[in-house]
Amino acid sequence: MKQLMLGNEAVARGAYEAGVTVATAYPGTPSTEITENIAKYDEIYAEWSPNEKVALEVAIGASIAGARAICSMKHVGLNVAADPLFTVSYTGVNGGLVIMVADDPGMHSSQNEQDSRNYAKASKVPMLEPADSQECKDYVKEAFRISEAFDTPVIVRLTTRIAHSRSLVEINEKENYILKDYKKDFNKYVMMPGMARKRHVEVEKRMANLTEYANKTDLNQIQWGSKDVGVITSGIAYQYSREVFGENASYLKIGMVYPLPVDLIKEFAGEVKTVYVIEELEPFIEDEIKKEGVKVIGKELLPVLGELSAKIIKDRILGVGEETISSKEIHLQTPARPPVLCPGCPHRGVFYVLRKLKLTVTGDIGCYTLGALPPLESMDTCICMGASIGMAHGFEKARGREFREKTVAVIGDSTFIHSGITGLIDIVYNKGNSTVIILDNSITGMTGHQHNPCTGFTIKNEPTRQVDLEKLAYAIGIERVRIVDAYNLKELEKTVKEETATEEPSLIIAQRPCALLKNVRFEGPLKINREKCKLCKMCMKIACPAIVDNGSYVEVNEALCVGCDLCTKVCNFNAFERVGGNSD
Amino acid sequence: MTNLSIMIVGVGGQGSLLASKMIGTVAMKKNFDVKVSEVHGMSQRGGSVVTYVKLGKKIASPLVEQNGADIIMSFEKLEALRWMDYLKKDGKLIINDQRIDPMPVITGKEKYPEGIIETLRGEYGDNVISIDALQIAKDLGNIRVVNMILIGILASKTSIEKEVWLEALREVLPAKLHDINEKAFEIGYSFAVI
Repeated sequence: MKQLMLGNEAVARGAYEAGVTVATAYPGTPSTEITENIAKYDEIYAEWSPNEKVALEVAIGASIAGARAICSMKHVGLNVAADPLFTVSYTGVNGGLVIMVADDPGMHSSQNEQDSRNYAKASKVPMLEPADSQECKDYVKEAFRISEAFDTPVIVRLTTRIAHSRSLVEINEKENYILKDYKKDFNKYVMMPGMARKRHVEVEKRMANLTEYANKTDLNQIQWGSKDVGVITSGIAYQYSREVFGENASYLKIGMVYPLPVDLIKEFAGEVKTVYVIEELEPFIEDEIKKEGVKVIGKELLPVLGELSAKIIKDRILGVGEETISSKEIHLQTPARPPVLCPGCPHRGVFYVLRKLKLTVTGDIGCYTLGALPPLESMDTCICMGASIGMAHGFEKARGREFREKTVAVIGDSTFIHSGITGLIDIVYNKGNSTVIILDNSITGMTGHQHNPCTGFTIKNEPTRQVDLEKLAYAIGIERVRIVDAYNLKELEKTVKEETATEEPSLIIAQRPCALLKNVRFEGPLKINREKCKLCKMCMKIACPAIVDNGSYVEVNEALCVGCDLCTKVCNFNAFERVGGNSD
Repeated sequence: MTNLSIMIVGVGGQGSLLASKMIGTVAMKKNFDVKVSEVHGMSQRGGSVVTYVKLGKKIASPLVEQNGADIIMSFEKLEALRWMDYLKKDGKLIINDQRIDPMPVITGKEKYPEGIIETLRGEYGDNVISIDALQIAKDLGNIRVVNMILIGILASKTSIEKEVWLEALREVLPAKLHDINEKAFEIGYSFAVI
């Protein structure tokens, strides 16, 4: 039976069919739906871990205990999990261990476009790269076989267009995988210098064996067409290449991107006239091939920036740019539409207040990063998960008390659990006095509503114990913890003023659930009474996408307004009224 | 059938999933190969979003390129303008006549273009189909069927039988929503056959 499946959904199906029983992840676009879909299988234990490092450690534990385990993350998540990755490469596995990593070329929803293939090479772990949903499923199953056959973790790399594209997948039965015996093995699993030195020898042997395997496996295939042009490619770049060249080229489609099939590449290159290496982002395959002395053309023509497309390949390699009407004037006048905080978003009021107080704001990763954009523009920095807190501390240590009194760190609840806690401990321990604001919207928002240790529910929606952020703060030595309603602008402003003026570390928890949560109900859209409106445009300062300035008057787009009433709190003339009733 | 390339564009949150799901189901019923490329993450928060759907004998790239779309279905006017150069010269452009101001317009930095539909008609003539689907949906008593009205128009512009679309509708939606959505679909389907 065939089903139309998202790449990520197909990965989940592959894990299920491979008999996986433990799956871990921290949500991150474009990887999130892998574990969301795995969680639907009753046979598999799944969890949202606090961060990717913990997620990988849990999966390693499960693997050594004898189960097949899968751990999923986005590209930057692998930075967080890099520590266990580099050493599990040495220990190897017991039950198969597969690490899913989803890169985001073009940065649709990311802070950088690092190429995870470099991690495979750096950590000496084999890496596969599927080119559609069917391969997502097949490669995950193959990855488990490789993992166990070569005693290694295996990384399967996706990119946004593979993870978030749907294509047809043939469904198969679940494999009956029997938990392997667990045996204590000091030399294999305790990586102290003496043992690790021996394991490193094993790693090098393994890489040699894997290189031999790469030349034979079906993961790497030659597809003959015209021999005038040879294309060495992998993943989504294969699909773009097919789109452009069709049968007018031969392809070496690489499914195992590390280690590369050196002999096969040489054989292929010897049969075709001109060889192009077509890959997205870094010249990863190209560099390896050129190192072997094989003549190929790659990044001389193709960009290392952003996503590849059939159009780019056509333009740069075939040199046939197509005329489009995008250069016409009307098109150039099209205003951009950057993402915005949703109508009703509880973060809006906080950023309104921070801007009003003219504070320096170290920011973090989540929906609330949108507070950096005009017209709120109330965020100064965004680097990585958890960075806001350490950076606020750094600002204080660099510029002193006066500057600190005009600085706050802003971080979401899930991001705080991910890696904000350690920053806060640093502030307490090293005599910092920063003010940290946790935007507690009771969910992981940007990635589409995943539970986290603060929400009280697991990935399978089972009730569980809940982290109490207030008690946690007290426990690590913060004595000033303030809890405010994120919709209460007056209280927010007063609290932020008081806490930034205080000569000790403090934590403000601004609470309000995400406006998109199903259980969040408002009283319905507002409209502006034009007789009362004095056109002072105070309401425009909250940057609500539902409030529109039409030049001669301001109005509410009723199709967008949810009725959170934040605008009523900045309006001095009571001009906002509920559609079909009073605002009071 | 030659390959059919469709783009569904709009503002994050308007919901293009139903349309892509239905087209996917239709493709499977017809035994076509099909690929759908979606947007998740940050752009979904009120940004410009695009979904590509390609069906036919064998599909390689899931993306539609400039001058490559047979049909563009836009939930919002400005987004139709933004993506217009992806439409083939003889392609169909289905536009929901709704305006959502982007933040640069709200802050006064940029202007929402006037006369978008007329501009597009200037380029594509009668292949531009504009409809106030929001109003029709309100009249039907459920603003959520906006999508289905537009899907109805889209269906009428393909060579795939109407009955197949209706079957897909019934498969994709729960039974209690069949009646109102079939009504909405029919309005869209007959709208364009003027």
